[in-house]
Amino acid sequence: MIIMNKRVLTFFKIAGLILLGLLIGDALIYAGIIDEYTAQILTLAGINVIIALSLNLISGFTGQLALGHAGFMAIGAYATAYLVMHIHVPQHLWPVLVGISIIIGGIITAFFGMVIGFPTLRLKGDYLAIVTLAFAEIIRVLMINMEGITGGAAGLKGIPLYTEDINLGPVVSFTWIAVFMILIIFLIRNLIKSSPGRAIVAIREDEIAADSMGVNVFYYKMFSFTLSAFIAGIGGGLYSLFFGYLNPTMFNFMKSADFLVIVVLGGMGSIAGTVATGFILTYLQEFLRVLQDYRLVIYPLILIFIMLFKPTGLAGILEDIKTFISKKISAKAIRKTGEG
Amino acid sequence: MSILQVQNISISFGGLKAVTSFNLSLTQGELVGLIGPNGAGKTTVFNMLTGVYRPTDGDVYFESNSGETKNLIGLRPYQITKIGMSRTFQNIRLFKDLTVLDNVRVAFHFNVKYNSWDGIFRTLRYYREEDEITVKALELLKIFHIDHKSNELAKNLPYGEQRKLEIVRALATNPKLLLLDEPAAGMNPQETKDLMGLIEFVRSKFHLTILLIEHDMHLVMGICERVVVLDYGLTIAEGTPAEISSNPKVIKAYLGEEVEVHA
Amino acid sequence: MGFVQEFLQQLVNGFSLGFIYALIALGYTMVYGIAKLINFAHGDILMVGAYGGFFVLIALLVTPGSFILSFVIAMLICALLGMFIERTCYKPLRSAPRINALITAIGVSFFLENVARVIKPIGPNPKEFPVFPQKFNLLELDFLGVHINQTQIIIFLVSVFLMFTLNYIVNNTKMGKAMRAVSFDRGAAYLMGINVNRVISFTFAIGSALAAAAGILFASAYPQVEPLMGFMPGIKAFVAAVLGGIGSIPGAMVGGLILGIAETLSKGFISSKLADAIVFGILIIILVVKPSGIFGQNVSEKV
Ligand SMILES: Nc1ncnc2c1ncn2[C@@H]1O[C@H](COP(=O)(O)OP(=O)(O)OP(=O)(O)O)[C@@H](O)[C@H]1O
Ligand SMILES: [Mg+2]
Repeated sequence: MIIMNKRVLTFFKIAGLILLGLLIGDALIYAGIIDEYTAQILTLAGINVIIALSLNLISGFTGQLALGHAGFMAIGAYATAYLVMHIHVPQHLWPVLVGISIIIGGIITAFFGMVIGFPTLRLKGDYLAIVTLAFAEIIRVLMINMEGITGGAAGLKGIPLYTEDINLGPVVSFTWIAVFMILIIFLIRNLIKSSPGRAIVAIREDEIAADSMGVNVFYYKMFSFTLSAFIAGIGGGLYSLFFGYLNPTMFNFMKSADFLVIVVLGGMGSIAGTVATGFILTYLQEFLRVLQDYRLVIYPLILIFIMLFKPTGLAGILEDIKTFISKKISAKAIRKTGEG
Repeated sequence: MSILQVQNISISFGGLKAVTSFNLSLTQGELVGLIGPNGAGKTTVFNMLTGVYRPTDGDVYFESNSGETKNLIGLRPYQITKIGMSRTFQNIRLFKDLTVLDNVRVAFHFNVKYNSWDGIFRTLRYYREEDEITVKALELLKIFHIDHKSNELAKNLPYGEQRKLEIVRALATNPKLLLLDEPAAGMNPQETKDLMGLIEFVRSKFHLTILLIEHDMHLVMGICERVVVLDYGLTIAEGTPAEISSNPKVIKAYLGEEVEVHA
Repeated sequence: MGFVQEFLQQLVNGFSLGFIYALIALGYTMVYGIAKLINFAHGDILMVGAYGGFFVLIALLVTPGSFILSFVIAMLICALLGMFIERTCYKPLRSAPRINALITAIGVSFFLENVARVIKPIGPNPKEFPVFPQKFNLLELDFLGVHINQTQIIIFLVSVFLMFTLNYIVNNTKMGKAMRAVSFDRGAAYLMGINVNRVISFTFAIGSALAAAAGILFASAYPQVEPLMGFMPGIKAFVAAVLGGIGSIPGAMVGGLILGIAETLSKGFISSKLADAIVFGILIIILVVKPSGIFGQNVSEKV
């Protein structure tokens, strides 16, 4: 029972800290200490982190490469936009509508995930990569052609924002996205540290061994992929109300590759790595001219070099530094005791 | 009382008949050796029993944990593991980047009753069962003297301990029948002897039936109650260690290998 | 034009597109068979080949001689490029988890596309691919109201020639024998003294050279080149390879033809916008119904 209490206590500590952080963030933005532009970048980074986390779930934790998360993002974005544009509710119910639409957008995306996962994940081999790649391309083409719903190539204008209040805009967007991001971080982290999560990681490590240890490999691949699509759809939904405008070219292959770069650079299978890299890259992308101009050449090089020289990414580098330092410290300690 | 009845299973790869009409019957509690020269088809038999390969012919009847007898043909490996048959791999297949403890806890997975929601929301059930399987996993690791390494990554264990972890992981699925594929490969004579003691120990402690592939003749002859000999996919002999070691066919099959057959 | 004629015309167009897909699919399938890797960059090597041909033809003007030369040069460049990519990017990852090699491959693909977009002589915009001037327009066929143009005839001749050459190499040379051995069992091939590295290099060279040829043919049919031109044909050729049975050379040829025909028929009779979606649908159907494809065998991983 004492252990239980300790657990409850840590829970409240963590929840309190997060809430505090969120409020401070809101206050800083509201007071203008974080200017509107920076606030927007932070918010956009939050969305990127959410989708990159979803990609990390299927590729980093489950070991199945998916190359079409921009397609999932698009489905979530258009579905959510459609809902908030076509359902009319009284002012005070607007946030409820937003929340529900985003979740429904995620569910619709999850359904697509299931449909393409079912034939693909049954098989050994790397079919998922190419199927998701093709899928995202098809979705993009369909978006261009389904003008009734998507506005076609000209794009979908006039999606309502989280709030029309200009002064509150940055704070409200930031809060919506931060809350979703925090929830999703915990969702994935807790899942991975549970028995189903271990089953998922075991599949990445060795499919045949996992199968032989009683893990229903197909079931958990489907579970992970569907959940990944769901989260990417949520990210898309959040994006549509943040931007207020959607266009099929926003969801091309380059976009999928952006998420892959975040995951790979941060370290596959590292949540902290994805979160940190998501913020850093989004920020640099806005402010670093070199990165703006040569992003498309630099990013693929990042993919190649990380895979060749440090497949665990930044998370792995940090880990190395930590062990290096602790070794230094313990070596020192040994020398001291030796002297004494 | 037989818990496993293998009837005429065969498989071929391309033109190669890896195993032809293999038969075997195991009685509850037995320790049976499966031997044969390199490439004889021993591992392939394991793969067919555990559902990794599907035999082109034949049946495998297994008395499951629940007591009913089932034909295993067409079942997936995880289904077969669930009903009480577990194995180790000759070319170690641990979850390399997981800790030793997590390697074992993966194997408890299908016996865990809490679901993903419990895990995500950290319910009471989650904590209770996690604590439970952690304790059980550590107990199993302790039997094989690797509990003190529970937080190390599996890939960082020395070779011999990796083999032991393979056995612990297989035991964690709570099997009735355990298939061990060269568990002592790469160990020195003393380590091998210790390992055999441990295998004997878990056999009686968990009431296991064991089918053992091993190259070390002394060991097989010393520990097994019965031995089956494969050569080029065919069963060439079956009997007690004494019978096997004097069987001319067996001696001939092993001749090129300069293995001493006398136990 | 009657329905039958229209149908036959689409069939002819489908065959010529199908031959191009088949050439690309051959590279995919050979590399997959031997290195067990989906080489995502394969489509982009096609693009490099097309630009190689483009520059030769721009410099020398299009004559039958320069046309042949453009093939030789582009295939040579791409063969070297393919071997270089394999040596530097894929070889170090042979024993790493498969997903690492896949990510590297996608990185290489993405890199080739974007380098092409930023370097001056290529640039992001499509360019018209030089075609034969009127006086060299000698080959044309008309029968039963079906028109077969010179480009289609060239596609046919070049593809058939390359396929026969490939068949000869694989079945009648020592290297071909080694390729088959490595594809069957790399470990055993190595033990038998086959230089596996050389075989893999050679396979990349051949596959990339075929992609280069396909690139020139593809560019002359449209007639256009652009940095992303390899993306879609790459995916479709992969579908063709899966349809035929990945790892199978006759499978890639048949799969490519089927896919080309399916595409032109859906463009002609169903919807040109949905043609790509239909091709993708074909992939899903094969994966459900017969993942090993038409000529593929069920191979089980050695455990
Ligand atoms: N998936 C597979 N594909 C092709 N051939 C296979 C496959 N699995 C096994 N074989 C072949 O079947 C034969 C028997 O192999 P197996 O691994 O069962 O031998 P073994 O008796 O376990 O030998 P060892 O003592 O060397 O472990 C070998 O020739 C092997 O190459
Ligand atoms: Mg074996």
